[in-house]
Amino acid sequence: MERIIKNGVVYCPLNGINGEKMDISIKDGKIVESVSDDAEVFDASGQIVMPGAVEVHAHIAGAKVNVGRMMRPEDSKKDAEGTVEATHRRAGSGFSVPSTHMTGYRYAQMGYTTAMEAAMPPLLARHTHEELQAIPILDHAAFPLFGNNWFVMDYLGEGDIDSCAAYISWLLRATKGYAIKIVNPCGTEAWGWGGNVHGIHDTAPHFKVTPAEMIKGMAEVNEKLRLPHSIHLHCNDLGHPGNYETTIESFEVPKGIKVNPATGSRDTVVHGTHVQYHSYAGTSWRDFESAADIVADYVNKNDHITIDIGQVTLDETTTMTADGPMEYDLHSLNGLKWANCDVEMETGSGVVPFIYSAKAPVPAVQWAIGMELSLLVKDPAKICLTTDSPNAGPFTRYPRIFAWLMSNQYREDMLENKLHKWAQKRSSIATIDREFSFYEIAQATRGTPAKVLGLSDFKGHLGAGADADVAVYNMNPDTIDPSSDYMAIEQGFQKASMVFKDGELTVKDGEVVNAGLKGKTFWADTQVEQNSYNAVLKEVERQFVKYYSIGFKNYPVEDEYIAKSAPIKGVML
Amino acid sequence: MSEIILTPKEQPQVPLEAPNIKPDVFAGKTIDEIKEVEINYGNDTVKLSDFFDVEGTPGETAGEIKIIIDGDVSNTKRIGQQMTAGEILVKGNVSMYVGLEMEGGKITVQGDATVWAGQNMRGGELEIMGDAGDYVGSSYRGDWRGMNGGLITIHGDVGYEIAEYMGGGKIVVKGNADHMPGVHMSNGVLIIEGNVTSRTGGEMSGGTIVVKGVIGQFLAGFKYWGVEKNIQVDGEDIPGVFYKFTGDNAIKGANGTVYVAVAGNKHVAPE
Amino acid sequence: MELVNNVVCPFCGTLCDDIICKVENDEIVGTYNACIIGHSKFVHTEGAMRYKKPLLRKNGEFVEISYEEAIDKAAQILVDAKRPLMYGWSCTECSAQEVGMELAEEVRAVVDNTASVCHGPSLLAVHDTGYPVCTLGEVKNRADVVVYWGCNPFHAHPRHLSRHSYARGFFRERGRADRTIIVVDPRKSDTSKLADIHLQLDYNNDYELVDAMRAALKGHEILYEEVAGIPRDDIVGAVEALKKAQFGILFFGMGITHSLGKHRNIDTAIMMVQELNQFAKWTLIPMRGHYNVNGFNQVCTWESGYPFCVDFATGTPRYNPGETGSNDLLQNKEADAMMVIASDPGAHFPQNALHTMAEIPVIAIEPHRTPTTEMANLIIPPAIVGMEAEGTAYRMDGVPLRMKKVVESDLLSDKEILEKILEKAQELKASK
Ligand code: SF4
Ligand SMILES: [Zn+2]
Repeated sequence: MERIIKNGVVYCPLNGINGEKMDISIKDGKIVESVSDDAEVFDASGQIVMPGAVEVHAHIAGAKVNVGRMMRPEDSKKDAEGTVEATHRRAGSGFSVPSTHMTGYRYAQMGYTTAMEAAMPPLLARHTHEELQAIPILDHAAFPLFGNNWFVMDYLGEGDIDSCAAYISWLLRATKGYAIKIVNPCGTEAWGWGGNVHGIHDTAPHFKVTPAEMIKGMAEVNEKLRLPHSIHLHCNDLGHPGNYETTIESFEVPKGIKVNPATGSRDTVVHGTHVQYHSYAGTSWRDFESAADIVADYVNKNDHITIDIGQVTLDETTTMTADGPMEYDLHSLNGLKWANCDVEMETGSGVVPFIYSAKAPVPAVQWAIGMELSLLVKDPAKICLTTDSPNAGPFTRYPRIFAWLMSNQYREDMLENKLHKWAQKRSSIATIDREFSFYEIAQATRGTPAKVLGLSDFKGHLGAGADADVAVYNMNPDTIDPSSDYMAIEQGFQKASMVFKDGELTVKDGEVVNAGLKGKTFWADTQVEQNSYNAVLKEVERQFVKYYSIGFKNYPVEDEYIAKSAPIKGVML
Repeated sequence: MSEIILTPKEQPQVPLEAPNIKPDVFAGKTIDEIKEVEINYGNDTVKLSDFFDVEGTPGETAGEIKIIIDGDVSNTKRIGQQMTAGEILVKGNVSMYVGLEMEGGKITVQGDATVWAGQNMRGGELEIMGDAGDYVGSSYRGDWRGMNGGLITIHGDVGYEIAEYMGGGKIVVKGNADHMPGVHMSNGVLIIEGNVTSRTGGEMSGGTIVVKGVIGQFLAGFKYWGVEKNIQVDGEDIPGVFYKFTGDNAIKGANGTVYVAVAGNKHVAPE
Repeated sequence: MELVNNVVCPFCGTLCDDIICKVENDEIVGTYNACIIGHSKFVHTEGAMRYKKPLLRKNGEFVEISYEEAIDKAAQILVDAKRPLMYGWSCTECSAQEVGMELAEEVRAVVDNTASVCHGPSLLAVHDTGYPVCTLGEVKNRADVVVYWGCNPFHAHPRHLSRHSYARGFFRERGRADRTIIVVDPRKSDTSKLADIHLQLDYNNDYELVDAMRAALKGHEILYEEVAGIPRDDIVGAVEALKKAQFGILFFGMGITHSLGKHRNIDTAIMMVQELNQFAKWTLIPMRGHYNVNGFNQVCTWESGYPFCVDFATGTPRYNPGETGSNDLLQNKEADAMMVIASDPGAHFPQNALHTMAEIPVIAIEPHRTPTTEMANLIIPPAIVGMEAEGTAYRMDGVPLRMKKVVESDLLSDKEILEKILEKAQELKASK
């Protein structure tokens, strides 16, 4: 099947295309140089064409996401949608945590075609995959959690990188996981006893390993296994005033490790996630202020790191993370309902509703910090725009964030009329007048996430050979002035005029027309030296049988859970 | 003043849902247009006139419209949902959710209501001359922000968990209440003139509950303050002699107040 | 004879996954590791007659019909109904449940599972307070204080105690000896006999007791000398024991979810567990009964946003147990057709609900003769999940496991039956 999207204004940063009028040719689900005259024509004249956007970090599937839905019927009730019989669009509900079908539709409507589930408890991997399968349209992958895994803590406490690599290689395959996710290393294990760790040189009770050693060791394993993505790091001390020091110290740890992916073009060794929550100065909520300038400066000066933002959207939302102690603290602070799930030998999690009120001082500063980070990191090749959905706000607010970044006037209106004055007083946001271009938005939502995830061979760009994931927005860059027409920008990005997924027209005029489409599951299929792999697994099984509550043979996720398997190969040298 | 009279025809076994029966929807419509207003019949959508005769004089604004339901609609749910102005008079019984999320105006039910009368009410007045069911003036599942304004008066008895998560407004029950009136209440006033089975004010963090009748069993999480005479609640003088409790101290920092008439309630005072 | 290892037991929410099935001539003839109730299910000694063919009631008598006819008939009943109810789901696997959700949406039904009559109150409490849980391995490895409130695992979950609270774990090398077990139950039970402390409270006073405990936890004086039949000092003593835990776990069951106040008992118990975290690590796990009752709540939530009692009448999911629960619909005589799958409401629903069931068309997708099939107009027998069909089930603590297909069966699986009904329903609706 051939298709051609004609005369659009194309932004494709990975190929250096900045607002050129050109045609995009599609054949058999891939972008090609040209197509025959028989190709079906889609007119995009006067419209923006970008690669399908790539979500680098969100919580869309799995145990804690579903608990977030389950414990908040009041959130579901306020945003419910019915069946659309004509297009077989399924019903659903949920404002901050939409149900699975709605999640797929809503991402697709905004032009997103790939999304990462950023936290998968290995023992509950089947659950994550069942939900990912129930999310239509999006290609996806899930990051298993390693930062509090007992095996990893033991190996790295002993400095045994090789065994750790063998174990992680096995676990990635067993859980059909994609990347090494580290959340509050050692802290969630401490939460197993109701505690936490502070800074990167602390240890959890009964374990002899520090967060710094965990970060370093796993970064080494990551490059040894030649994984597509770098380690994906949620630093210690999330949300604590004064935590920026921990953040920068953590980022320093893996510096100097040689980048070594088997595929893609990643050139960094660590991805710091939702850095807004990690860029706080001060000593308490009373003298709390932004340290975004310091963190942004660090990112500007170092080339081994990318970050995503975790932009606060000023909504009532549902926070959820594997950072168990942090969620308990949040519950103690706001007094709202609290879910928690400690997962044996591996990890934990928590879920708490949160109201980011623009008129309250702390959320106003948090909003400003996210904006500062996006605007002060000079090179959008180093950042990905996220809300850590649904933590800082639901992913459906991305268009609003793009509009904030593209319009100083919009931000000024926020500062003058909507936000608590702390936003101006406790951050430098009011002094920044930079505005993102469409090209930079495309970088931070397409090129950069695809590259850092190691998917840029076929995601995040529109060069020949790429998956034909294309978003078309009904905004004419020649006539629109994002600076003043920011509402039009927001609306334009909210509902794409056309979205193609693997070459299939999936969204038309902002509505999903191909609701039944199933996405691919990317997972890391790494190889390690067979003898040591077998020896490590034997020992793992011996411990497993004693301390897990399920059988070793019942742990790996069966192939039945992956409808469209897309293994990404890596090899250990 | 406009009066629009809805006379129930034969009512179906499967319930109707009629959030559109309210002055806000009828305003500016002719009688013929009102007949066409949609209601739900199970999983079908039908016209109001399929199950009601419609007559009367139409009105331009909600505030000038009085809807009279001339008969029993005990199988019609959601009458007056989110209404903001005008009046509804039901000359019979109603089903669930009468006055759900209502913001203004007045609803009077001459018969009984069932469950969730006045759920998440914001303002206006809801008066039930007969009994009502459970969850009068409660919140929606999972929401810690329940009724926060308006007045609900029930002349008969009510079921359990009335005023659940109530955060404002006033509820008066002339009859008896089943267990847990005012559970998780944080503000507002709940007055029960009859008896309560048990657990008055369980997990309340604020607000005031007055029980003039007899309480079956009271909760040990409250603190006892002694006897007070002729109390004043929300600017209203309430004559009588009451035991005063505060709590529920099961909840951290709770400062709810429960007054229980001394008469018949010796067993709840700790001495 | 062949041995099949690592089989997951399709009976209770303990979801033991270490069962070995002995298979002869494509039949399970014995098991290792299963408890007596699990074993009975595997070897079909449940005493019930197994259906081999779909049956339709004609003039009061059941006559055999083909799957095709049965599926047409089922689809017709559901499509014709104005307020169809689709109930059960707890003894089947998740992909069948997913198809069931789509079918419910298609025919604009109310869909509900057996949680409605067991841990539904717990779900309502979760809406108000949250859900601080852990997986069962955490109990084995860490727990030093274990509370059983209103449950009797000795009988209802026979291997629970040996697998979790008596088992040796990483930080509890001596197993049972390293733990304090507290039972809260108005009755003496086989579980309470094993307890270190038995708080024998008065019936229907769970809320009163927790209220007093929570006040005591915050340092307040308990108002009365005695609450729920337990002296004030004993209550304070129990609270102190809970506070001193290193890792505490509260297991709770129907004894508290169904005593007076229902979900409010769980609400206040959950909040107590949350508050205990100021002193010690505390978590909880509901003792779920049917092996995949939790799975349905998971599926229903990710599909619709709500865990059970979902009303698709308007096409948009709505939810309010009390209105949209199966018993509400039946007792209020709202339902005008019912599909029952993988459960037996005929044996468990109250009389006035059964009265309505007797008056409306009932479809039963059910392998065995049960009180429900006795009331049914149409019976469609499926292969049994966990023995003859595979798929996911969620353990009481949310750990998902794959149910195995141990032997072959000629019968369609629940999923296949539902897919065919869905297809037929779509066809019927399109031609309407
Ligand atoms: S305890 Fe439950 S799951 Fe385990 S064998 Fe017995 S019935 Fe089966
Ligand atoms: Zn996250």
